[in-house]
Amino acid sequence: MGKRSGAKPAIVGLGELKPVRYTEGQTTLGMIAESVRLAALDAGIEKGQIDGLLVGPQVGETPQHVPATVSEYLGLEPRMSNVVDLGGATGAGMLWRAQAAINAGMCETVVCVLANTHEKGKVSRSPNRNPIREFDVPFGASGANTSYALLKQRHMEEYGSTQEQFALIAHWARKNAQLHPDAIFYRKPASVDDVLASPLIVDPLHLYEIVMPVGGGAAVIVTSNERIIDANKHPPVYCLGAGEKVTHRAVSQAPALEAAPLSYAIAHALGQARLKVEEMNLLSLYDCYTSVVGTTLENAGLCPPGKFGEWMKHHSFGHDGDFPLNTHGGQLGFGQADLAGGMSHIIEAVRQLRGEAYGRQIKRARYALVTGNGATLSEATALVLGGEA
Amino acid sequence: MEDKFIDLTVPGPTITPVSKPFWDALSQDEFVVQRCLDCTRWVFYPRNLCPHCWSNQLEWQQASGKARLKTWSIVHRPGHPAWQAVAPYVVAIVELEEGPSMMTHLLVDVKQKLDIGTPLELCLTKVNDRNMPFFRVVD
Repeated sequence: MGKRSGAKPAIVGLGELKPVRYTEGQTTLGMIAESVRLAALDAGIEKGQIDGLLVGPQVGETPQHVPATVSEYLGLEPRMSNVVDLGGATGAGMLWRAQAAINAGMCETVVCVLANTHEKGKVSRSPNRNPIREFDVPFGASGANTSYALLKQRHMEEYGSTQEQFALIAHWARKNAQLHPDAIFYRKPASVDDVLASPLIVDPLHLYEIVMPVGGGAAVIVTSNERIIDANKHPPVYCLGAGEKVTHRAVSQAPALEAAPLSYAIAHALGQARLKVEEMNLLSLYDCYTSVVGTTLENAGLCPPGKFGEWMKHHSFGHDGDFPLNTHGGQLGFGQADLAGGMSHIIEAVRQLRGEAYGRQIKRARYALVTGNGATLSEATALVLGGEA
Repeated sequence: MEDKFIDLTVPGPTITPVSKPFWDALSQDEFVVQRCLDCTRWVFYPRNLCPHCWSNQLEWQQASGKARLKTWSIVHRPGHPAWQAVAPYVVAIVELEEGPSMMTHLLVDVKQKLDIGTPLELCLTKVNDRNMPFFRVVD
């Protein structure tokens, strides 16, 4: 084992590609490389200083040997590398794994990267998606929209939550995106009525409640190298706590439709950080669908189960509100670059904690809660990030 | 109502050696589900071992075909384009009387009032020449 470094691992580098509706003439590997290059520039480090690499699955271009392929492409020689495969929770899952690998003495400076192309008319699918492929698809239940519609319907039936309450979440996402020029819905706000008037894709989900798939990428660099942290032009941001839980894959196999694994993950992350959810200055909550934000607010204990709609009526969710929520617009406003979409919640949290969220900066931002959610409310990771170790 | 699926060229099940008895039984108009001989719980989808107690003593047994509605949604824009021909339609998660839950297609009018717990029954439906375990509301 290598020598353990003295410094607590800090986030020192961010790289993010501006999301685009469709990519043209790009490769996923090329976009991964560009995301990493931007993160290294932000961190002020040379490529030779990166000795750890975490990547995601690349269903289309590079289904296997992803770390080796990415290392070769970038000319990296990591001493720790791996694939993190947690759907929308992958980015958050990478961050604590990077820290754990550093704390285990395996490496010092880890880059976590996710990126993908999104070409018009081209959808990459894994060749074998059983058992979902065998027991969901043949009934007409293909794709995430259907799974999340089933979960939203259950919430509405169980608790009496209303379409207007969910639409408010999409409205806030679009509203916050108006302060982020890179967001896919910049200059495209949407009122609650607009959301409700958008077509029902899979009832009860409207079009504006569903993320827009885009091309894009994001990379985050974590290091325990004191010289890098000291020389960094940005204030260091730390992962103060993490929690994770995985329960199922297919929505039909969820152990309970109400008890989402995020409840556990968030409580664990807050517990490690010794902080309360009310102390968070930013809620950077994974939002592939409006309903996921609603249930996450409940899972976080901000309100009782089923009561997010009532709770939201009494609060404000902009950067200047009492509960800043997804100030980058969330993925609903920013766009979802496949797995990198989840990373956008981390990038925004770090920007806010650095005090670099220009034009939408939260005053005195000290702590942020970040969540990741994958598959069908089944892959859950939560992080508490803060500007002090 | 069930006729509209006969010529629907939608993706069929990708059957594995473990799940084959389930689909074979359906083609004989029988609905069988695995049951654990150790903890006696029923198991769906088909597996090599019981996810509750890890026993590998699973036996195919006749299931009642009775179920209750857990949740549903009306699909206007299907994830697979071949389903568009019969859209909008209703998919549902149902809890079998024996305990396990499964995804299914609900043979109801999209305007029908449904509730959590609505009693359902199996209605084997030919899709592309294969018997599929769809469900309908008990009259």
